Order: sequence, then structure tokens, then C-alpha cells
Amino acid sequence: MSSTTANIHSPEMRKKPVNRDKMILSIVGYVTLTILAVFCVFPFLLVISSSLSDESTIIEKGFQIFPTAFSTEAYSLLFKYPEEMLKAYGITISVTAIGTLVGLFLTSMTAYVLSRRDFKWRSSFSFFFFFTTLFSGGLVPWYLMIVNYLHLKDTLLVLILPMLMNVFYIIVMKSFMSSIPDAITESAKIDGAGDFRIFMQLIVPLSKPALATIGLFIALAYWNDWYNALLFISKSDLMPLQYYLYKMLGNMDGMRKAMMASGAVVNTDLPTESLKMAMTIVATGPILLAYPFIQKYFVTGLTIGAVKG
Amino acid sequence: MKQKQHGFWDDVKKYRSLLLMLTPAVLFFLLFAYIPMSGIILAFKQYDYNGGVFGSPWNGWANFKFFFDSGDAWRVTRNTALYNIAFIVVNNVLQIFAAILLFEVAGKWFRKLTQTVLFLPYFISWVVVGAIAYNLFNFDVGTINVLLKGLGMQPVDIYNTAAYWPFILVIVSAWKTLGYGTIMYLAAITSIDTEMYEAAEIDGANIFQRIMKITIPNLMPTVIILVLLAIGNIFRGDFGMFYNMVGNNGLLFSSTDVIDTFVFRSLTTSNEIGMSAAAGFYQSLLGFATIMLANYAVRRYDKDRALF
Repeated sequence: MSSTTANIHSPEMRKKPVNRDKMILSIVGYVTLTILAVFCVFPFLLVISSSLSDESTIIEKGFQIFPTAFSTEAYSLLFKYPEEMLKAYGITISVTAIGTLVGLFLTSMTAYVLSRRDFKWRSSFSFFFFFTTLFSGGLVPWYLMIVNYLHLKDTLLVLILPMLMNVFYIIVMKSFMSSIPDAITESAKIDGAGDFRIFMQLIVPLSKPALATIGLFIALAYWNDWYNALLFISKSDLMPLQYYLYKMLGNMDGMRKAMMASGAVVNTDLPTESLKMAMTIVATGPILLAYPFIQKYFVTGLTIGAVKG
Repeated sequence: MKQKQHGFWDDVKKYRSLLLMLTPAVLFFLLFAYIPMSGIILAFKQYDYNGGVFGSPWNGWANFKFFFDSGDAWRVTRNTALYNIAFIVVNNVLQIFAAILLFEVAGKWFRKLTQTVLFLPYFISWVVVGAIAYNLFNFDVGTINVLLKGLGMQPVDIYNTAAYWPFILVIVSAWKTLGYGTIMYLAAITSIDTEMYEAAEIDGANIFQRIMKITIPNLMPTVIILVLLAIGNIFRGDFGMFYNMVGNNGLLFSSTDVIDTFVFRSLTTSNEIGMSAAAGFYQSLLGFATIMLANYAVRRYDKDRALF
């Protein structure tokens, strides 16, 4: 098609520019998104492939996208003496389960109260929460509060409590709940239901997409947390998975010791590189598996249209 | 007077169950945000363990003087602000771009698949990202150096060269947050009234005009809110990112040390609690001033779009 102007008078050609624009956008869209997708998935392939590679090949040829010399040695080593890792898994699973359930409950309950238009002090409380994102005492006072005044150092609670609530999640949840018609609350009130009952029996079921989305984010934050452990955990019994991984990655000698402590007769040439990658996979796996099930709620669950109090 | 008192307690009674429902959250933020704010006085004290926060002797401006005289103050402030500005611009532009493309590109399965894949990096911890980065950039067996060697070039010592890190960190940040931001913007695009698009189509607008005249203007409230929130954090470095990507690698400090890593280091390794608190206070003040200014600017431009 050399010239569109020549055909401008024929009716079927008048629609052409629109279609051509759509075509261009589609091509740009598919190409760009594919490139971005490859960019996002590439490091994962690299890790998976390295975890399945033979150590000597890695040393010789570097990390590769496709394993040239396949080996599951790293995994079998990892699962042979799994005690330390299982302990860390246990901590992470408990912290994630408790933190997510309690955190989600408190986040949604708070959001519900703030979403009630008839609540007189709604905007004062909203500002009370919101202000904490504007100003804070900084790391040091926060740290001292937790260690010296709440005495939470080296407890399981320190991995749960500081991350229980997040203002941004309250805002997202509140904005979702604000879109639920007031009439529902009103009619329930006329039928004699109390505020808590309205929340549990009407609002919670109606907020499923937001609960799923925020729940996943809370779970993700707990699953991936290593920072609280870095600051507050010194007992190896209380190490969560990511912190355990962090320690092991930085210190393969530590890993060797840990394996020997659990009864392994470890030769000195441990497949360090592939072992690191296998650990990475094992530490990441479960949370990645949860994602596809919750994805469908994402777009409806994440609305930040009205952040303001 | 009696009436006024009656009014307040009447309200408390009326809203007692709602107030009760708010109690846990109020307690949480008191304990973990408001009470620690009083610890700001540590910045003016010579901390000792016996005295604690309130019993330690006063120290005047000495902690601040020490922080600013050390020469670190300017470096960490500049790094933190520049990184965050780069993150805000690059990440938001990419995310909006990807969201618009995802919305406009027709194929349903392609859209789903891409959405899933773009979100993957958001799901892994910074510890894992640090491990992946090491895989790529490591001098001996890193993928990049293996490729360079394969092409007959000299390997580059990335972990010892400060100049590479601004680029690496900006790319990593874009990579990690792409999916999250994209979905955030996609949610906003999906809530745009479809009638607007239909009307535009009838008026003969092409797809690019629709994007420029409808999608982007309708995204502006979301963009402004997210950017305002990000601006409030402009002096806060993503500790997890910097610490796991760079760690305590002193060779890279000139381009990678941010206020958060600095505060953490002075708290944990050199145990300079007073100076660390002073740096933290300085950080909070800067952040507060920035968000106030940004909010004021948005208010002047359009009152409804400001945060408060």
C-alpha cells in the first residue's frame, strides 16, 4: 500500500487507517512485551539451569541458560541432610501463616471502619495512620523500642509483629471497600446486625478479590523477610528461610559445617555454585506456586483510586 | 457545658464497636511508629546503655556535626536522592507503557502469560536477587564475563568498579517492580469508562489518539498518587536491595552507599548509636519536607489531586 490518500474516497478504505494503527500497536505491543517477558524470566532460567548443572562445568564455562552437563547432585545433597533447612522452612511457614491471617484480619477490619462514611472520626483516624508514612523516628529508635522496651529480640514474635500492618495495604483495602454500596450496610443495620457482624458476614465475603490480593502481598512480605531476622535474630533455631539462605550464600563454610552438624560426611569439594542455586530454588518455590491461583483477583483487587482520607 | 460533654461521650457510645475494631491498629501504630518518634531525642544525646533513650546525657549538636563532618552525609544524601529519582522516572514510565500495551494487545492468553511472567521478579526476595546478580556479574564464572571471554574480550571486574552500579541498580529495580506497577496501572486503566473509548472511536480517533487523549489523562490521578508517595520516600533507600546487591563492599560506596545502609552500618558495625540516630532524623526531616513541598505543588496545580 503505497498511498492511502489515493483511495480516501472509497468507503472500505476509509476504515483502513484505524486498522493500520491497530496493527502497528499490536506489533509494537507483542514485540515489546515479549522482550520484557524474556528479560523477566531469563534470570530464573539461569538459576534453574545452574542448579541442575555439574559443578565442574560451571567453573569451566560459567553459568549457562541450558545445562550442558546435567546433574542433580546439588539437590540430592540438599535433601540428604535437610534438618537445618527444614527448621528454617518451619519457621518461615509458621511466621507466614500466622502473620498473614492476623495481618489480613486486622488490615481489613481497620479498612472497613475507615470506609464507613457515617463514622464521625473517619478522617482523623485515617490521618493518624497515614502520618506514619510521612514521618518516622528512623531505624535506631524503632530498633531500640523492639529490643529494649518490648524485649522481642530472639523471639518468634519479632518476625511477626513489626510487619503486621502496613498503611498502604489499609488504603488499598479501604478504597476497595468504599466501592461496596452503603445500602448493604444500612439494610443490615435495620435488621439489627452489629458492626462487627456486618464486617464479618457481609463485607468480608464481598471483598474477596481485595483480600486475596492483599493477603498474597502480606504472605509474600513474610515469606521473603530476612531483614527482621538480620536485625533481631541470633539464635539459629529461629532463622527463617531467607535469612538462612542469606547466611549460606555468603558463607559456604557455614553450609559445610551445618551439613556436618547434621551428620553428613562432606568432602571438601562441595558443589558450591550449584548448591547455592538449588537452595535459591527451594527457598523461592512455594511462594511462586501460590501466585497463579491468586492472579485472577489482582486487577480487581488493586484499586487505589481514592487514597485520600 | 454539660451538653458538649454529653455530645462527645454520646458519639463514643454510638461508635463503640467501630472504635473497638480500630483499637488493634491504633495500638500497633502507637507502638511501632508514634512512640519510636520520641526516640528522635537520641540524635541529641550521647547514648549509653545504662541510661537508655531518656537517661543518657545530652550531647547538643555533636552527633550531627560528626555526621556532616565525616564527609559521608553529602555522599549518601546525593546517592539516595539520585537513585530514587531515577527509579521513579524509569519504573513509572516502563510500567505505564507496559500496562497500556497489555490493555491494548488483543490476545487473551498472551496477556495472561505476559502478566504472569512480568510479575515473577516481584515474588523473589532480595536475597535471591543478590544471588542471581552474583551469577551474572561474578568475575570468574559470571554469565556476562563468560560471554565476554567467549567473544575474545577482557572480563570486567564489576564488583570492584563503582561506575557500573548506578546502571545495574536502576535496571534491577525496573526489573523487580515492573509487574507490580504494571498491574497497578492496568487496574486503573480497566476502571476507565468504556463509553469514553466508544465515543472517541465514533468521532474518528485512532488508537494512538485514544491512548494520548483518554488513557493517559485518566491515569494521571493514579500516577500522581503513586509518584507523591514515592517522593515522600525519596530519601529512603531500599535497604534490602542495596544491602543484598552490594553488601558491605567498601570499594563501591562512592556510588552505592545510601542513607539507609549508612545508618545500618553505623548502628550495627561501628555501634555509633547517636550519630546513626542523627542521620535517621535528618533522613526523616528531609523526607517530610519533600512530601510537603510536592503535595503543596500538586495542590496549587489541582486541589483534588493532592494527597492531603
